[in-house]
Parts: sequence; C-alpha cells; structure tokens
Amino acid sequence: MISESIVNISAAVISASTPLLFAATGELVVERSGVLNLGVEGMMLMGAVTGFAVAVSTGNPMLGILAAAVAGAALALVFAALTLTLMANQVATGLALTIFGIGLSALLGSGFVGQTVPALPKLALPGLSSLPVVGPVLFGQDGLVYLSVALTAATAWFLKRTRPGMMLRAVGESAESAHSLGLPVIRIRYLATLFGGAAAGLGGAFLSLSYTPMWMEGMTSGRGWIALALVVFGSWRPWRVLAGAYLFGGVTILQLHAQGIFSLPAQVFSMLPYLATIAVLTIISAGPWRGRLTAPAALGKPFRPSV
Amino acid sequence: MTITVTRRTFLAGSAAAAGTMALGRAGTALAADPLPVAFVYTGPIGDHGYTFAHDVGRRAVEAHFGDKVKVTFVENVPEGPDCERVIRQLATSGNQLIFSTSFGFMEATLKVASQFPKLKFEHATGFKRANNLAIYNARFYEGRAVLGDIAGRMSKAGVAGYVASFPIPEVVMGINAFTLAAQKHNPNFKTKVIWANTWYDPGKESDAAKALIDKGADIISQHTDSAAPLQVAESRGVYAFGQATDMTSYAPKAHLTAVVDQWANYYIDRVQKVIDGAWTSTDIWWGFKEGLVGLAPYNAAMPADVKAAADKLKADITSGAVHPFTGPIKNQKGEVVYAAGQKASDEEMLKMNWYVAGVES
Repeated sequence: MISESIVNISAAVISASTPLLFAATGELVVERSGVLNLGVEGMMLMGAVTGFAVAVSTGNPMLGILAAAVAGAALALVFAALTLTLMANQVATGLALTIFGIGLSALLGSGFVGQTVPALPKLALPGLSSLPVVGPVLFGQDGLVYLSVALTAATAWFLKRTRPGMMLRAVGESAESAHSLGLPVIRIRYLATLFGGAAAGLGGAFLSLSYTPMWMEGMTSGRGWIALALVVFGSWRPWRVLAGAYLFGGVTILQLHAQGIFSLPAQVFSMLPYLATIAVLTIISAGPWRGRLTAPAALGKPFRPSV
Repeated sequence: MTITVTRRTFLAGSAAAAGTMALGRAGTALAADPLPVAFVYTGPIGDHGYTFAHDVGRRAVEAHFGDKVKVTFVENVPEGPDCERVIRQLATSGNQLIFSTSFGFMEATLKVASQFPKLKFEHATGFKRANNLAIYNARFYEGRAVLGDIAGRMSKAGVAGYVASFPIPEVVMGINAFTLAAQKHNPNFKTKVIWANTWYDPGKESDAAKALIDKGADIISQHTDSAAPLQVAESRGVYAFGQATDMTSYAPKAHLTAVVDQWANYYIDRVQKVIDGAWTSTDIWWGFKEGLVGLAPYNAAMPADVKAAADKLKADITSGAVHPFTGPIKNQKGEVVYAAGQKASDEEMLKMNWYVAGVES
C-alpha cells in the first residue's frame, strides 16, 4: 500500500513536471541566444490544440505530437519575424504573442471541445519496468516524458560541448562581438526561437494528449509563465531547470496529498510551490554559485547588423 | 437574430454601434421592433461548463422568441474594471434587459443600473438588488444532495473524493448537502476534500482527483469547471459526477450523472415579462421545482433501485417533502447544529462556513 502510493505520487509528480520542463528547456535555449520570448503560454496552447486536433482527426498521436511542435514553432516564427527582422520590442511582442495564442487556439479548438483521445500509451522498457517501485515510476511513463529528459540532456550537451552551442551562447552574450567574428547572429537567433516554440508546443501536446487527454480553452492555466520563471530559477542551466521543474511539480502534487493530513488552511498549501521557489532562489543566490547566476548579457537586446 | 462579439471587437466597434442604435431606439414604441437583450459572460462559451450553461439559456431565448428579440452576448469579460465598461456599452447601445452572469460583476452592474434607471438589469449569484436590478441564483445544493444519495449507494469504500475550488458558502453548502445525503444510507460515509484553489485548471484538477483516489475514495465529485477529474476517474476505474453540464462524452463509464444548470426557463420568463411590461425587480433562488437545476441522464451502470431512489429524492425535494438540510446535523466537532427535524434557513445556508461530521478537509 505504501509503495503503491509512492508510485502513484511519483508518477503524478513526473506528469506535472513534464510540460514545465519542455517549455522551460525551449525558453532556456531562446534566452541563451539573447532573445526574450514571453509568448510561451501562447505557444504551448497552440501546441496543445494542434496536437489534439491532429491526433483526433488522424487517430495517430505521433502525428499529433509532431504537429504540435510545428505549430509552436510556427507561432515562434511570427515572433522571430517581428522582433528579429522588423526589430519590434521583444517584451511587448512576446506578451502579444501569448494573448494571440490564447485567442487563436480557442478559435481553432472550438470544434474539439468535448471530444477525447486515448492517453498516450506507456512505453515499458524491457527489464527495467518490472523493477519494484523504481520500475513503474521511472520506466513506466509515456514517450514524451523520456523525450523531455532526453531533450534536457541534449540541450546541456549542445550548449556546453558543441561548436554551434558555443556560437549560440556567444550570440547571447554579445551580439556585436559575435557579429564581428562573422557569426550569423540573426540566423542563430531565428533557429533558437524556433526551437523554443517547438519545445513549448511539445509541452502543450503533453497536456492535451497525456496529462489530461482533452482540449479546453486556456487549459495551460499559466504553465507558460511558470516555465519562464523556471529559466531564471535554473540560472539558464539545463539540469538546474530540470531540477526546478521537478521541484515545482513535486511541491504542487505533495500539497494536494498533504491536505487533510495536516490541519493547515488549504490556502497555505497552495502557496507552498511558490514559497519553495523563493526559498531555493534565496539559498542558491547567497551560496558559492552566486557569481554564475547571471543572465545572458545580451538578453532582450535587439541587434541590427551594421552594414 | 444574434450578434456575436468578443470584448475587443465590441469595444472597438461601439462608436459605430451607438450610431445605429440611436436610430433603432427612436422606434422602440412600435410593437414589431425586436427587444434588445444582452448577456455578459466571464468565461468563454466554449468552456463546456458554467458559461456554456448560461449560453444554452441564451440560445433558448432566441429559439423561443425568434424575431421578437435581438440578443447580444459578450464573452471572456474579466471580473474587474473592464466589466463595467462592457456593461455600460451594452446599456448605451439600447439593450432593454441585461443579464450579467458572474458574481464578480455585482458592483459594476449595480453602478451601471443606477445610471440607467429605465433599463432592466439582472445579476446572477450576487446579493445586491435595486429597483431596476433583479438577482437570481440556483439551488445547486439540491442537485448535490441527489449526487450524495447516489454516492452513498454506489460507493463500496464509503469514501467520496471531492475536488473543490474555494471555501465559499456556495461550495461548502454543496459539500455538506452531498455528505448528508450519502450518510442517509451509510452513516459512516466520509467525504475527503482537496482544494484545488482554482475554478479552472485541468491539470491541477486531475492531480487532485488522483490524490483523492490514492487516499481511498472510490467515487469523485467536483466543484471545479473542467472535465479533467472525470477522465481520471475513467482511467482509474472509479465513478464520478460531472459539473454544470452533461459531461458523459469525457468519461462514458465513470460519469454517473451531473448537476446541470438550466437557466433557459428563467431567461425566457424574464424576457417575456419585459415584453409584457410586467418586469419587477425580484430576488429568486430556484431549484428543482422551477427547473433551474436538473440532472444529466443516469449512467446505464447504475442499478435500477439506485436510479429509482435518486428519482424519488429529486421528486421529494421538488415537492418540498425533503429539505437536504434537515436535522439532526452535527458539525465536524460532533456538536449538534440542527436538532432533529430542524431545517436550515436560506439565510443560514448562504452564510454556511462549517462542515458536517464526516467531511475531511
């Protein structure tokens, strides 16, 4: 019984964390290239509605997941064209993108309210899945969960170990210097922004195809904003973002289970995820890691290559 | 006729609309002119819940009156300064009867109503009334008592899980009515409550439902707006009740029934009164009897005797033979709040901030 509830709670924590992890990892890459895209919520919603619509229409959840990534990237492309090519203000455009995404997803999804799809199948890994407790928790998840962790690993490796990753970071630290070295600043930022959109779209698809397999207007309920905060929380490092996403997801789920066991008002429990976030931020800011917590130097600054 | 607007296009186009309406108003004396009626919604009509239910009522008004009315609605109006602007715009553009359908519109509706004494206003679920401002609400707790009756008979564990939004009297009343009815069959019946602290967050609502099932609940009820808890119930193989509308399509096996908000009769009645010149400012709290509260069709999985018992309780509440809050009722500390045979008054119910014995929150 005890091990059963550990399995259930852990599985719920992983589900709650996965959409945050997708969106935050995508946004991390965008911000490391020096672009601040506040439209994560809108891109997640577009991913959620497109993924659901395609999965329902074709009966193929894989196509739905793919379409969700494309839809998120498509909305990111709008953002990139406006801010990178046409030099619009990134903060204002990002906010507009969220509002636009909320409206457009509601319009596209109006015919799909009330329909359901089967949740994504759980992918069992031979041998590993039959381990007690650890097996069902870690190796009894659906493919998107594994993908989100793989994406974190790939992002960490890409940024730290590969040449294109270093180019992307250089662009985010000083677009002028990168430009003078002959790096294609605008092209790199375009690609990073598109990746961020695709990852946000996957986060949305996880919501509408696995977490709660249905479409309803505004179903992300602010998760895009939490993802943005997680990037800062993780000090622009992929594994720290993963830790942040799981901490946030974990406290969110545990507070639900703690209700009724501890006689505290429910409102106190609902504050816990945010209190935990502030506490961890304070601890790591005061600790020895402090000097490495800085944002990319060129974050949010527009760059116009001088001819 | 329908005019569909969103808040943004509505405000942008209001100048043009005011011009056309001025022409329209010159002719209101002619009986053939359609009566302009407006609805203000806080959510999207696609929420498949609370706002959707109001919109079903609006469509019924259109179907009933046809060309005799001209109905406008504005959806997604936030409960803040914007709503006053929207309501005022609807008033200046000549709507004779305006329904504002969310609790948070109360102050704004009161203010605009005082500035347009010749127009009629109606506000849902609030408590402030004026000569041209009527208020209306539904006795949802009657429906929740029937759900409790079903839960008491269908639950093997004798434990229900309740996904709740905020501890306001409306929600507390529902939890208590549900629990009391279930305890009529199983005196040890318990209702475990988890507060999601939101009206609408499918992910969080589903997490709450999962946690409740982990805590031993084998039937789920909810006072939040999305169908997510039902989907969890479906996948975990327990029963559940829908919210505000028939949500069977989300959970064909788990969905036993739902308390359905049926505003249509009220809306049709009020529009008719304005047409007849008989409208007065009223304060109504209607339930089963008047048809404002209904139940979704029962699931085939319910045994015939459970269905019959639910129908009987509904009939008894409708006729007034049974009041869901009839003593003896004890609170969580075991103190007697209502002695045997004593009934809670409407005023007491609307202020309810305590839980009956058997509720674990």
